Amino acid sequence: MASSGLELLWVSLPQLAKGAGQTLSISFLSIAISTVGGVLYGVLRTLNVTWLNAVLRVYLELFRAIPVLVWLYLLFFGLPIFFGLSLPSFWCAVLVLSLWGASEVGEVARGALHSLPRGQREAGLSIGLNAAQLYGYVLLPQALKRMTPPTINVYTRIIKTSSLAVLIGVVDVIKVGQQIIERTYESVLIYGALFLFFFFICYPLSAASRVLERRWTQA
Amino acid sequence: MSALIEFQGFNKFFGEQQVLKGIDLQVKSGEVIVILGPSGCGKSTLLRCLNGLETAHSGHLKFAGRELLDKSTDWREVRQQIGMVFQSYHLFPHMSVFDNLLLGPLKVQKRERREAQQQAEALLERVGLSDKRDAFPRQLSGGQQQRIAIVRSLCMNPRVMLFDEVTAALDPEMVKEVLQVIQGLAREGMTLLIVTHEMAFARAVADRIVFMDAGRILEQNPPELFFTNPQTARAQQFLEKFSYVEALPSTTSPKTTQTKELELP
Repeated sequence: MASSGLELLWVSLPQLAKGAGQTLSISFLSIAISTVGGVLYGVLRTLNVTWLNAVLRVYLELFRAIPVLVWLYLLFFGLPIFFGLSLPSFWCAVLVLSLWGASEVGEVARGALHSLPRGQREAGLSIGLNAAQLYGYVLLPQALKRMTPPTINVYTRIIKTSSLAVLIGVVDVIKVGQQIIERTYESVLIYGALFLFFFFICYPLSAASRVLERRWTQA
Repeated sequence: MSALIEFQGFNKFFGEQQVLKGIDLQVKSGEVIVILGPSGCGKSTLLRCLNGLETAHSGHLKFAGRELLDKSTDWREVRQQIGMVFQSYHLFPHMSVFDNLLLGPLKVQKRERREAQQQAEALLERVGLSDKRDAFPRQLSGGQQQRIAIVRSLCMNPRVMLFDEVTAALDPEMVKEVLQVIQGLAREGMTLLIVTHEMAFARAVADRIVFMDAGRILEQNPPELFFTNPQTARAQQFLEKFSYVEALPSTTSPKTTQTKELELP
């Protein structure tokens, strides 16, 4: 059994790796876009422009209130119907995860910027910095440090949530696993492998976040 | 000579509450103005309006003949000429002392690095902190941080410096080193507007005391007159609380140890 199990994993490896590649591409693209979008969201929210804040709050609440799965269905099935625009499932997943991730990272960024002493902004302004310089040289470098640990936690959630992409037809690592189980009935073995796959990607990230948090709160 | 700074019928509200009421104040180039008054009287707000950190409600505020309350005012340009130092220093904690000093000159004024560095080094030496140029703010004492904050403003070559209770957050033994730097600037003829609770310092350094209460200027007089013979009951009351001031020496008397140590090149 043990040897046949290992053998099965071995022969399935190319297939699983392909699925893992899909999972990781969706995750890391979404993480990258979420980070840029989230920082932008945080900056825009702290500019205190009334109408802009209203727009961004609506965006935030939409992604807080509506489950990611519903967003996936909405865009995957809705876009072709309402706008005649059909996105491949892979890009649809990246889009939804990015918009959701950006709202999560964005709130972290807003909180980090907001938590900086007001005097930092005033001191920057008083030497004549413009808004871009103020954020680029003074506020963001300090805020990025504060937001890194909670942002890494958002990253692990994006990686885990990426598995929902199966439901709009992305053949990710979980889908590949299910296909193998359908053929071989080795569910414990395959799900065990999937467990390890996600664990070994997400655990180092949350460990890193804890280490950084500890180190930076001491300094 | 016309005034460098001129407030005229200047009003400022925080919501419903009027915090500055019909302020009239003229400051000539080279003058040292000390603004006194009880907490919440509007003195800090007055300084902050001059730096564009608060927006005025109505009236006039002129700097070098230019109306600052115009919508078209480029505050970034004004702020380079009107430096401001805060109670809690507000150095940028993620930058070394030297980077704190050079940020404005290099990024805002686009000056040449070598020239800006030379100026920063000279000013650091002047405040006795040459050895701290590579230190980070958290490694410095409050008094050291505040002196660096003053140098950060000076590096912009301002025409006016605003000091907003800059010693209020300091341990008593660090107050002197900061006041010495400010007095050095006064001697050099820099135009200064100072909000402080250090009465002896106010008396020693001011050309004119401006006394405020509840958003109004009640008195403007030379320090000797203000401290010995305040014209309003409110100012008398205020001074009684600081009556020990009488015992403290003034810089006009050459014997005081303060004067000696205040010598700055």
